Amino acid sequence: MQKYSIFSLARNALSGHRNWPLAWRSPALKDRYEVIVIGAGGHGLATAYYLAKEFGISDVAVLERGWLGGGNIARNTVTIRSNYMRDESIPFYVKSVAMYEGLTQELNFNMMHSKRTMVDIVQTWPKLRELRRRQLVMDIYGSTYEQITTDEVRRRIPALTGGGPDARLPIICGMVHTDAGVNRHDAVAWGYARAADALGVEIHQQTAVQSLIRGVDGAIAGVETNRGTVRAAKVVVAVSGHTTTLTDTVGLKLPLRTMNLTAFVSEPVQPLVDVIVNCPDSGFYFSQSDKGEMVIGGAPDMGQSFRRDIKQHVFEDTVTAMLSLFPSFKKLKLMRQWGGHLDIAHDASPIMDQTDVPGLFITAGWWGGYKAIPAGGLTLAHLVAKGAPHPLMSSFTLDRFRHLDFILEAGTTTAR
Amino acid sequence: MMLIPCPFCGKRNESEFIFGGPVGADRPDPNAASDAEWVEYLTVVPNPLGPVQERWWHARGCGEWVTIWRDTRTHDIVRAPDGPK
Repeated sequence: MQKYSIFSLARNALSGHRNWPLAWRSPALKDRYEVIVIGAGGHGLATAYYLAKEFGISDVAVLERGWLGGGNIARNTVTIRSNYMRDESIPFYVKSVAMYEGLTQELNFNMMHSKRTMVDIVQTWPKLRELRRRQLVMDIYGSTYEQITTDEVRRRIPALTGGGPDARLPIICGMVHTDAGVNRHDAVAWGYARAADALGVEIHQQTAVQSLIRGVDGAIAGVETNRGTVRAAKVVVAVSGHTTTLTDTVGLKLPLRTMNLTAFVSEPVQPLVDVIVNCPDSGFYFSQSDKGEMVIGGAPDMGQSFRRDIKQHVFEDTVTAMLSLFPSFKKLKLMRQWGGHLDIAHDASPIMDQTDVPGLFITAGWWGGYKAIPAGGLTLAHLVAKGAPHPLMSSFTLDRFRHLDFILEAGTTTAR
Repeated sequence: MMLIPCPFCGKRNESEFIFGGPVGADRPDPNAASDAEWVEYLTVVPNPLGPVQERWWHARGCGEWVTIWRDTRTHDIVRAPDGPK
């Protein structure tokens, strides 16, 4: 792997940028690997990288139906934060945020990480009670949350002109999460892919897994793809919304539903808002990208959905909510919209576990899975390599459903 | 925007309805079901690439509950109480 630096940039500039090496290889598909990871998204690539780096398992194939980093890692709002509610969740997300902050160095790839703080706009008293409770729990685990006055909120976010005393939901106060940030999603996918490839991991794009194969002993034996059968004793499913589509092929039943979460982007404007703004009571959140676009997200569509676009009424509700607090945004033209289908577990917390099919691992149920990529990859690699859950993820197994020991998380988008 | 057929009001805008959740399996007899069957009944719902059965509540209309089949790939309503859409 050629190291990216000011010197390599200068050297390649002198030769007209014609001699940059490919960031990753496109090797021939073998018929057997030690580990197969299905899905070259954030979690899949991070898992492959940490398998090779931390656990010395480099005979890994990452199989991707479309193109690398084209799934939900390209369909989110790149918000990285750790203001969760449950004792089980917060240490995991604190770890993930910390790993993100060091990722540019770790992968030698500029993540364009921008630690810019998130401000929650509180408009109802029950929400304030919930967030103050979260603040107390977060204090224990070293995450940051503090309350600020309405005047301070308006000083920090001058564009916030709605929500006055006469509004239906006047602003009560703000909650500030200074650990939060945004970065560049493509860089995360490409950085992990390049670093994993350098450690010997093979990435195969345009390789759609059609079904899983069980051996005569009931354990996983490999996968059937559009390019033939590939065998492995360990298979990791990191495909977000299509988890059940794959696990159905070996008769596995999982407590997952697939839903559609969407976002849209405005035209680029001058720098206006330098924090991530989250308005849980109104039902939207946004941040301004480095290019100047407003990246806006709203509530999910509650029904099951495998669509990858935005529903008109979700869009209208989100815009209505946004204009109630930011009336000047009425002038913004919108450029793009997207939706991702992601699966949600029965208790809205992620599942990372070996399934009832020995050797078949799933990482699923991620809502806000983008912020979980580094720690999610590390903990899943630990699980695959050692056969036992990483301490940070030991609560998020399938066993919790068997014992009805749910982790009802309030920090996810769905719980708004 | 989906138009959901209400048996009383006819086809109405989706925004008048509240999603009532997917329809799962019938409730097993608690005395006869094993722990695994009971947990599956509580937590697992069908998640097909295709038609799924779900309930909608016409909360901002007549208050009726409607059960429809909707395709998860297209959001087309493929079967509704008043016959085909």
